[in-house]
Amino acid sequence: MSRIHVNTTINGDAVDYLCEAEDTLLDVLRDQLDLTGSKEGCASGDCGACTVELDGRLVCSCLVLGAEAGGRTVNTIEGMADGDVLHPLQKNFIEKAALQCGICTPGILVAAKNLLDHNPDPSEEEVRYWLAGNLCRCTGYDKIIRAVLDTAAEMRGAA
Amino acid sequence: MKFQTPHSVEDAVAILVADPDARVLAGGTDLLVRLRAGHMTPSAVVDIKRINGMRDITSENGGWRIGAGVACAEMGEHAALKADYPGVVEGAELIGSTQVQGRCTVVGNLCNAGPAGDSVPALVAAGATVRVAGPNGTRDVDVIDIPTAPGKTSLKEGEFVTSVFLPARAANSSDAYLRFIPRTEMDIAVVGCAVNLTLDDAGVVTAASMSLGAVGPKVKQVDASALVGSTCDDAAVEALAAAATAAATPIDDKRGTIAFRKDVSGVLAKRAARAAYTRAKGAST
Repeated sequence: MSRIHVNTTINGDAVDYLCEAEDTLLDVLRDQLDLTGSKEGCASGDCGACTVELDGRLVCSCLVLGAEAGGRTVNTIEGMADGDVLHPLQKNFIEKAALQCGICTPGILVAAKNLLDHNPDPSEEEVRYWLAGNLCRCTGYDKIIRAVLDTAAEMRGAA
Repeated sequence: MKFQTPHSVEDAVAILVADPDARVLAGGTDLLVRLRAGHMTPSAVVDIKRINGMRDITSENGGWRIGAGVACAEMGEHAALKADYPGVVEGAELIGSTQVQGRCTVVGNLCNAGPAGDSVPALVAAGATVRVAGPNGTRDVDVIDIPTAPGKTSLKEGEFVTSVFLPARAANSSDAYLRFIPRTEMDIAVVGCAVNLTLDDAGVVTAASMSLGAVGPKVKQVDASALVGSTCDDAAVEALAAAATAAATPIDDKRGTIAFRKDVSGVLAKRAARAAYTRAKGAST
């Protein structure tokens, strides 16, 4: 069976790869493109550790086939920092200890950034519902929610 | 496994007819889980999202046609659709997480034929139809006639659903969908209930429909005539609740007992009726 040739855009760069029909976008990102920031937690769309943006919309990359990404735009955690300069969410997650083991963190950061891109002033309830599909088994969520809300406030003030 | 991206409905049907083991891919939030778990080993996956119109919400004869590839999140972002059918949209927006809503579709939710699909009861209460494409052309089917049993649909070999159609709204009409889950998010309905109402200018209900999910092998249409002629007063709403409780035929399982689910069917019927009534009145002023 011949592999499928896919042309796509990942974190602003034109990328092409060959994949099998069965390969998920997460498989391609991690195993072929060495973009291992997106994690495989459950592989069934429940945990959100593999969250990326597909054409600007949050998706679980474990529930997208690599072949589907042709001609589309993918943004992963690797595209979040600007060179060595961390995104304010990344900086605040570190400063406010909003992570422990770190497996859920890339997915939460991608999801939180997508929220703040659309809604710069979310309520705590909106943040909690938005991130309901990002499971964290370490932190108890409170520091994560506070880091997102503090970042939102900081970014509004800086703007 | 092959990956196919037909660019027309005819091409998609031809692939499905030629290869009965091929499976349609829309949002993939059920299909990919099954592929991954090895519960399904199709010969091909047919991605229908590259077909013209599959990702569009379009106004048609005063109603709305929603393509089979439209993500539930896109329905939530469509202000005019949401204004006409807030209950349909709130059902669609209860499926899974933000990430799942970015991909999942109401047509997929329907064709998955799970008894607890959150987007299905409000479609049934709305009198929605789906357009089915197949080797003999297209046919329109009432939503309630698509699922036949858990995981089973009435679709024949070579057929797939291309869109769902919500009919034009009469004045002073609205709907609501509520579900019970033990958590606040990311869970499967223990009971789901949709109510769809039309009022006259005085606020008297002239047409009412109700549908229950998760209390039978498939979505149930329940007689809501108890509300007709009323202003959704307590007596009418209690009669509706009794009809819901009587109509529910749930199973006992770890998520709820029969008695609990029958009781909750009545409770949700009352609440959904009041929510739909308030919305329908609001639409008239």
